[in-house]
Parts: sequence; structure tokens; C-alpha cells
Amino acid sequence: MDFGSISPVLLLASLMVAATPLLLAATGELIVERSGVLNLGVEGMMITGAICGFATAVNTGSPLTGMAAAAGGGAALSLLFALLTQFALANQVASGLSLTLFGLGLSALMGQGYQGIKPPPFPEINIPLLSDLPFVGDILFSQDLMVYMGLLICGAVWVMLKYTRAGLILRAVGENHDAAHALGYNVVLIRVAAIMFGGACAGLGGAYISLIRVPQWTEGMTAGIGWIALALVVFASWKPGRVLLGAYLFGGVTVIQLNLQAAGVAIPVEYLAMSPYLITILVLVIMSADRSRAPGSLGRPFHASS
Amino acid sequence: MKLNKILTTAAMALGLATTAMAEEPTKVGFVYVGPVGDGGWTYEHDQGRLAVEEEFGDKVETVYVESVPEGPDAERVMTQMALDGADLIFTTSFGFMDPTVNVAKKFPNVKFEHATGYKRAENLSTYGARFYEGRAVLGHIAGSMTESNIVGYIGSYPIPEVIRGINSAFIHAREANPDVEFKIIWAYTWFDPAKEADAAKVLIEQGADVIFQHTDSTAPQAAAQNAGDVITFGQASDMAEYKPKPRVSSIIDNWAPYYIERVRAVMEGTWESTDTWGGIASGMVEIGEITDVVPDDVKAEALAIKDSIASGEYHPFTGPINKQDGSQWLAEGETADDGTLLGMDFYVEGLTGKIPQ
Repeated sequence: MDFGSISPVLLLASLMVAATPLLLAATGELIVERSGVLNLGVEGMMITGAICGFATAVNTGSPLTGMAAAAGGGAALSLLFALLTQFALANQVASGLSLTLFGLGLSALMGQGYQGIKPPPFPEINIPLLSDLPFVGDILFSQDLMVYMGLLICGAVWVMLKYTRAGLILRAVGENHDAAHALGYNVVLIRVAAIMFGGACAGLGGAYISLIRVPQWTEGMTAGIGWIALALVVFASWKPGRVLLGAYLFGGVTVIQLNLQAAGVAIPVEYLAMSPYLITILVLVIMSADRSRAPGSLGRPFHASS
Repeated sequence: MKLNKILTTAAMALGLATTAMAEEPTKVGFVYVGPVGDGGWTYEHDQGRLAVEEEFGDKVETVYVESVPEGPDAERVMTQMALDGADLIFTTSFGFMDPTVNVAKKFPNVKFEHATGYKRAENLSTYGARFYEGRAVLGHIAGSMTESNIVGYIGSYPIPEVIRGINSAFIHAREANPDVEFKIIWAYTWFDPAKEADAAKVLIEQGADVIFQHTDSTAPQAAAQNAGDVITFGQASDMAEYKPKPRVSSIIDNWAPYYIERVRAVMEGTWESTDTWGGIASGMVEIGEITDVVPDDVKAEALAIKDSIASGEYHPFTGPINKQDGSQWLAEGETADDGTLLGMDFYVEGLTGKIPQ
């Protein structure tokens, strides 16, 4: 056993990297579910965002343009889901599952010819002064832009839901779409907007994996993170603060368990390997003891005539 | 009269057509654990499938299902293939073993081939490659090249095949460099680029400057490239995109000749349940180009090890070798038998850490 070989600074830095894709995707899905829509297509939107971002970044040489394209790609795919569920009133669970399958296939097709290519490096930001702080400067203020973007989006969603009129309307639509409709809100339009926001966030999360965390393109490279994001939203009781906590906890325990394994700690590896899932669920379930519940209209189709 | 003639010709043509149709192509199914574009393990199996198509043309029809989880779902996929009329089904991951056994029982007329497993039946063969022979060659390069004396190893699941690879690489790394230490991370996945990249980064952060992987994606190669002064080895496939560095050599699985031979056996009706374990000698395991990053003398030594394994002169597990607890496994000059190798569940002396049970 050799704890000396684990550097806490590097550990915290890689924790933030491991948590960011999950945080982005889960925050997006949180908005979707808060508007009363269950989109199980997160994995499909993530992987589509991953290839859209990768291809654009490689072709333009600009990782930021790549990120924008990833958000666009994710949103475009989610629009398909919006058309199916909001206008054709298709079943949301089935539409979401098929969106994942479609996204996986589409991304494999789009990714032909992008295997083994190295994307342009993502610029690291050094926040002046703060990044020079001893110890914490390196961890907290010298990450890539998307780590802060993730935190920023999550924070903005929290403020939006809690303190703004727009947030109130979104929640009203999610809690009781008939009442919201009776008050004169355009339920379908609001939901489409929420779905597209969710798609864009998932796309960003996917591109974070293909452009920064790995970085390369491989078919199916999101490998189930979209599903974890979905579970995280539920265990976080549809609250942005808990999504943040859950994502960082999951990312953190993932990185820590790899570090502990490499350092040869005498904890059986199988326990270490399952610890990210176990600890995240445990903490969030204990926290949700305050009887938070799902949005009232979650997963129910809406038509103005009914 | 004329009409009659036309009708007769038409009938004859139709008759010919039906005879041609009756000679249906042999249908071969492949069940993959990852996507065909993983650039590693599944990619090479799919290359084998394409070689079968090229060899037999119209006489064969191949189907595959990719990214099949190891578990009950695999059984469903195989059953569907068998019901769709497959004559021969290759299942290409260790975790497909029990599902293959179960489905093979249900379809006695369909032939099954399971990669890297050990359970056989009348209609179920096993095949695998002696990857550990390749790992001996790469282990020598790793031991010679490391400057930090720390070699990182990303394992997938603690199964005999992976443990054999670790032992073989370690023995030969130690032979080249008595101070070398292995740090091992079990990823508990065959394919998850993000996790594989994380594991590689952690190993590099903890001082490793050589990374071995026994997982299927090229993500650890990308992580090593970003880190700078780290070398890696292609796994299952050449991973040539990462030449000349970090990837300095590779183990390539060449399944094509085996797949062609087995499909031909089914066509000719000579298929029998067998157990094949090919190595460097039979060409099933190839060593990819050793790049110029490796010094000439190390390269020459590595190639010498490869040649002596190929000629049968040298066995990668030749005594004296002790088990991790210090008890003797192989006496001086003794070589390991295949039975022990196939069920290998112990580390050799010098490796630290425990194998997860």
C-alpha cells in the first residue's frame, strides 16, 4: 500500500473532469423532466453530440466550434423526440428508447473515417490571480472551460427554477399541464424548448468525452453515461443542487477507486469497482428522505383538446 | 405453338432458378461484445468475418450483432440467430460462455464456436489465441524501456486469460529489469473509453511510464499520447494510428484463417467439435511493427524472444517460477501445461496486490 503515490491535487482535478459529462447531461435531463417529459434518449443524444462535436472540431480546428456543434447536434436529435411525443403524441418511453438506438447508429455512421484522429487540444483557462494560488489554484482555477460551463449551467438552472418566472412556468407545466394550459401557457412549446435544452446539454456532455476526457472518437464511447445521468436525476429528486452533488460524488468515487486500486489498497477490487454507484445512490437516497417527489405530469402526454 | 415454346422455356428457366435457390448459402453468425469500430478486439473479429465473405463470396452469408452485453441478453441474440437459420455461430467473448452452452443445447443442428472459453459440446467448439506469447515479447520491451520502473496495467476482468497476460508480461519485464513493479487496475469492463482513459491517466499520475491494456478501445493510447513521455502497446489490433509513439508495438489477433477454415468445414460437412489454441507459431498471434522509439538492441532481443517462441524452442512460462506466496509453481526447466494455463488464477512471485475473486 502506498498512499504517497496519490497526489490529492491531481485527484481533485481529475475528479472534476470525470464528473463534468455526467453533470451536463443530468442537468439537461432535469429541465426536461421538470417540464413533465421523460426522455430516455439521453445516451443517444450524448453520443450524437460526441461525434458532431468531434467531427466539427477536427474539420474547423476549433474545439469551441466543436462544442457549439455538439450542442446543436444534440438539440437537433432531441427535436425528433419532441416531434414524436409532443405533436404525434407517441409514447415517451418507447420514443426515448428508440432515440437512444437511433443516436447510437447514426453516430457510428457519422463517425466513419474519424477513428484514430486526434482532435485539436482544448485550451486550458488560467483565471488570472486565482490560478496562481498555492494548492487550490491548480485544482479549482486551471481547468478547461467546459468544467466551469458545467457548473455555470447547473447554477443557472437552479436560479432559474427557484427564483424566476420562467422557472415557475416550467414547473407549473411539469406539475399539472392541464392547469398550466388553462392559465394560457403554451404547454407544447414550453416542453419542446425544454427537450431541446436537454438535448443540447446532453450533446455537450458527449462532446466533453470525445474532445476532452478521452480524447478521440470511438463508436459507442459514451458507454452508458447517459443512463447514469437518467438515474441521477431521479435519485437527486429533480433538484439541481443534488444533481451537482451526485455527479461530483460519482465522478469523485470513480477516480478515487482507480487511484486506490493502482496504489494497491487492501480493499477487495470488486467493492471498489461498485463503490461509485453504491455511494452515490446511498447518499442521494438518504437525502431524498424529505419526501420529494416526481413532477406531477411526468411522462403523461398532453393534448389541448383533452 | 410459339406460345407453347415460350412457356416451356419459361418453365425451364424457373426450374433452373429454383434449383439455384435451393443451394442456399451457408449462414454464419457473429456475436460481438463491443462495436465493430472499437479499433481493437471486436474490430479484428469483424476483419475475420469480412475475410470469410471475401473467401466464399456468394456461397456464404454472414450476419453479426455488435455490443451484446455478457449475460442473459446474449442468449436471446444467439437464439434469434439460430432461429433465423444460421449454420454456424461464433460468440467472441469469454462472458458469452454459459449463454453459448445453453443455446447450443437447444439447437443441436447448429454449430457453435466460443472464443476464449473452455466449455465444449458435440456442436460447440472453443478457440482462442495464446496472447501470453505476445505479452512475453512486449513485457521484455516494457521492462527494458521503463525509466520510472513502474509499469501500469489496465485489466478488464480477473479471468484466466487476463491473468496469464499479466504474469507473462511481468516475468519478462523482470527478466529485463529486476527493479520493475507492476501497478494493476481492474476496469471491470471490456469497452468503456472514458473509464479506460481515466485508468490510464491514474496510472500515469502514479508514476507509470509504460501502459499495458487488456481492454478493447484505443482510449488508453490517446491518454498516453496526451501525457507525453509514456509508451503503450496495441491490444488485439495493431492500433497503428498511435505509431510511432506512444504505441511502440502491438499484439494482433489474426482470426481470419481460423474462421475461413471452420466455415469451409461446415460447408463440406467435416466440422467437428474441437479446441484450438493458436499462438505465434500458427500465426493467430502476431507482433505488430516495433517502432524506432525502441532502441535497436531491445528490438533485436524482443524479436529473438518472438522467434524462439515461434520455433517452439522457448515457452514463456519456463521454470523456475514461484507463485505470489513464494510456493514453487514450476521447477528449473519445467514448462507450464495448458491445463494450468487455461485455469490460471494466481499471480507469480513479485506481483503485488490480490486478484479479485
